[in-house]
Amino acid sequence: MAQDAAQGVTGRGFGRPGEVPGWVGYALLPLLNLLAALVLSGLVILVIGENPLDVLALLVTEAVGYPEAIGYTLYYTTSYIFTGLAVAIAFHCGLFNIGGEGQAYLGGLGAGLVGLALTGWPWPVAALGAVVLSALFGAVWGAVPGWLQAKRGSHIVITTIMFNFIAAAIMTYLLVDVLIRPGSQSPETREFDPGVWLPTMDRALGWFGVAIPASPLNLSFLWALACCALFYLFLWRTRWGYEIRTVGRNERAAVYAGISPARNIILAMAISGALAGFVGVNEIMGVQHRILLNFTGGVGFVGIAVALMGRNHPVGIILAALLFGVLAQGGGQVSFEYPTVNRELVMVIQGLVILFAGALENLFKPRVEALFRRRREWRGGGHDGGTAHG
Amino acid sequence: MKVPMPQHPPALETRGVNKWFGANHANRDVSLAVPKGTIHGVIGENGAGKSTIMSIVYGYLPADGGTILVDGRPVAVRSPRDALAAGIGMVHQHFMLVDSFSVLENVLLGAEGGVTLAAGMARARAELTRLARDYGLEVDLDRPVGELPVGAQQRVEILKALYRGADLLILDEPTGVLTPQETDHLFRILRALRGQGKTVVIITHKLREIMELTDNVTVMRRGQVVANVATADTSREALAELMVGRKVLLRVEKAPAMPGPAVLEVSGLRVRDGAGVERVKGVGLTVRAGEIVGIAGVSGNGQSELLEALAGMRPPAGGSVRLRGQELADRPDRFTARGLRALGVGHVPEDRQRVGLVTSFEAQECAILGHQGDPAFNGRLLMDRRALFDRCAAEMDAYDVRPRDPRLPAANFSGGNQQKIVLAREMERNPDLLLVGQPTRGVDIGAIEFIHRRLVALRDQGKAILLVSVELDEIRALSDRILVMFDGRLVGEVAPDEADERRLGLMMAGVAEAA
Repeated sequence: MAQDAAQGVTGRGFGRPGEVPGWVGYALLPLLNLLAALVLSGLVILVIGENPLDVLALLVTEAVGYPEAIGYTLYYTTSYIFTGLAVAIAFHCGLFNIGGEGQAYLGGLGAGLVGLALTGWPWPVAALGAVVLSALFGAVWGAVPGWLQAKRGSHIVITTIMFNFIAAAIMTYLLVDVLIRPGSQSPETREFDPGVWLPTMDRALGWFGVAIPASPLNLSFLWALACCALFYLFLWRTRWGYEIRTVGRNERAAVYAGISPARNIILAMAISGALAGFVGVNEIMGVQHRILLNFTGGVGFVGIAVALMGRNHPVGIILAALLFGVLAQGGGQVSFEYPTVNRELVMVIQGLVILFAGALENLFKPRVEALFRRRREWRGGGHDGGTAHG
Repeated sequence: MKVPMPQHPPALETRGVNKWFGANHANRDVSLAVPKGTIHGVIGENGAGKSTIMSIVYGYLPADGGTILVDGRPVAVRSPRDALAAGIGMVHQHFMLVDSFSVLENVLLGAEGGVTLAAGMARARAELTRLARDYGLEVDLDRPVGELPVGAQQRVEILKALYRGADLLILDEPTGVLTPQETDHLFRILRALRGQGKTVVIITHKLREIMELTDNVTVMRRGQVVANVATADTSREALAELMVGRKVLLRVEKAPAMPGPAVLEVSGLRVRDGAGVERVKGVGLTVRAGEIVGIAGVSGNGQSELLEALAGMRPPAGGSVRLRGQELADRPDRFTARGLRALGVGHVPEDRQRVGLVTSFEAQECAILGHQGDPAFNGRLLMDRRALFDRCAAEMDAYDVRPRDPRLPAANFSGGNQQKIVLAREMERNPDLLLVGQPTRGVDIGAIEFIHRRLVALRDQGKAILLVSVELDEIRALSDRILVMFDGRLVGEVAPDEADERRLGLMMAGVAEAA
């Protein structure tokens, strides 16, 4: 009765997942995207009349070519890790937190208030206080939009953008009218007691007899790495992380499982804000040693790109933050050397990386996957079978 | 029945069609021929590729290789427009109609035929009246589509295809939303179409419909055609075996129920949906230990809301719910999904992919959904991954989930295996009351047999089971008592041995009350 000769074919390859190796998605495709962005950037540089290879070589050298440059690059990376993690945790709860900028800004206020208050205290106390208060300030600035989303249905994208503006206005008011150093014309506080400054990495390593050149890189870099580990453990190894991920992936399933979406939205936004707030520890306690205007300089927005490119996973976020650190540091130096390659053009290059890594993420994916699939086909048989589906 | 004349080329033929979705070979060298003037069934389990091949024929999906011939001539179908030009029409499972437009306007949509509507309207009205008369497709042309019952909306879809000149009509799972009476009506229409020389292809997973309606049948399994047979030469059992690849038992065997004390007592329950519309309008029922109570009804008559309310996912708007004698409706702290689980209520939701699972999660993570706070899976801070894995692996063993990989994302399991993961989670908790919605929707025949046996076994352990299903066969096979729901109310109770299809169908349509 069955007439078709194909009946005896084994189930190999049918519907079996994971036919395309995992490293293709995690390594090959991001690299291809990065390459495409660099090629296009090279064309732009070519158009304005410079040699793209020279510019690229300079960019890389100035970012990772010598110890001091590496210090600067990692200092940028630190802030990008914080904001990248902030965007990622909100994203795991299904939320798009555009407010990293404002949360980082207020986190800096929290860290700065500790720095102003603890004159004469040992630095570890100040560091701990700065971590706690910057997290608290950032968390509140994230949780309020979270609450508005969860309870009132106000869209998180709109409210977090608005909260960036409110944060900027508050900081301007505080620095112009309240916290300004008496008798000063510039809107910033007095410098903190040097005893409470967060030690730079060169100083800290100096205690162990390791000498590296001075750079803004400070101990908050280690805190950023610790946050990555904690982020992983919290999200994938605790029931609270499980609940946040459930809400983010499938809200109806969360309701089915007795998980409150509202509670988890507020929680995720609070954690997100706290992570962004740690930028204040790096910038205010580690580098500036006073509160000043606009010290965030867009790190909250770069965090979106970092999280996007890092696939919302801490390891990916570290790598993506490194990449953006290289672009920030190397790009800055390039604009000194080449008057034609100004900061705006460096931003164009950053934009192209974001475009290819994020928006055009699937540009190469179907083709590359098809390539791997065909290769397996041609090789024929040969593979240990995943069990067929029933 | 007509035997096609051998000299006439098939109305539709596919030769060696292949289609990949990512790593999934959804169609593998699919070759089939549909003789002109016949009703042709395409049958297979979910994911067998039957909808894929028809979507390729209708121009929704590009094929990765192969040829399509209409009336013996190769055609290049790149869009539904090309398909229509070749005389192929399709009626989808989910209708593509504008609810606020009249039937006439819907039929005219995209085929207006002129700058002003008036001329086209008049022409269409005349043509539709003729079609309606020829094929028994009567619908009120001036009523808004949204006011029509589902069966009539489907007739509008058929009219749309015929008006556009379709000689070959493809219907994708056309009976899923119909009552038995509406199904009969549809079959009469399809036979009339065949009588007028049209060709019909019907995609379904229901064996009974294939046997009743079709002339020939193509059986697909795992993307391949495994058989092309004349319906008269085969049987339900043989087709089931071809679909699954092994022998299957089509009806579960069970002993008479021995009901114990009442576990769930509901009275006057009212439930509103998300939009505030009352969908359950005063329902009262009792489920005893050791019995399966089935709720039959056409989808959308309040069964889903009833089940969700009893599972604590939707607060009731009124009424009383008692669990083992304990009143719950006035205890909003206990009457939640979490609280009910703690009281021994299991819930297999109707929609496993959107409610019962998080498809991007690993199977082992899905296996604790709803029990994520259970001390068995938690240390002081971190979850015990070992316990998770062991639990899931044990459940996979007990329920024969394939592939047996607790770390595989739930999305990578077939429908039947996903359902087994949900069932294992809910049943292995040893609930006193199990709420089950559509336990075998989109599930392979082989898995249906298994799931039915499990449910009966749970009943025999003295558990109370409330079953909601739109599959009448399933309700009749499993239930010890059948309640029929229509428009938010229970309109009658029937014993399963008295529940013939016609009587149930009339009750489901709200026409007849139980004696």
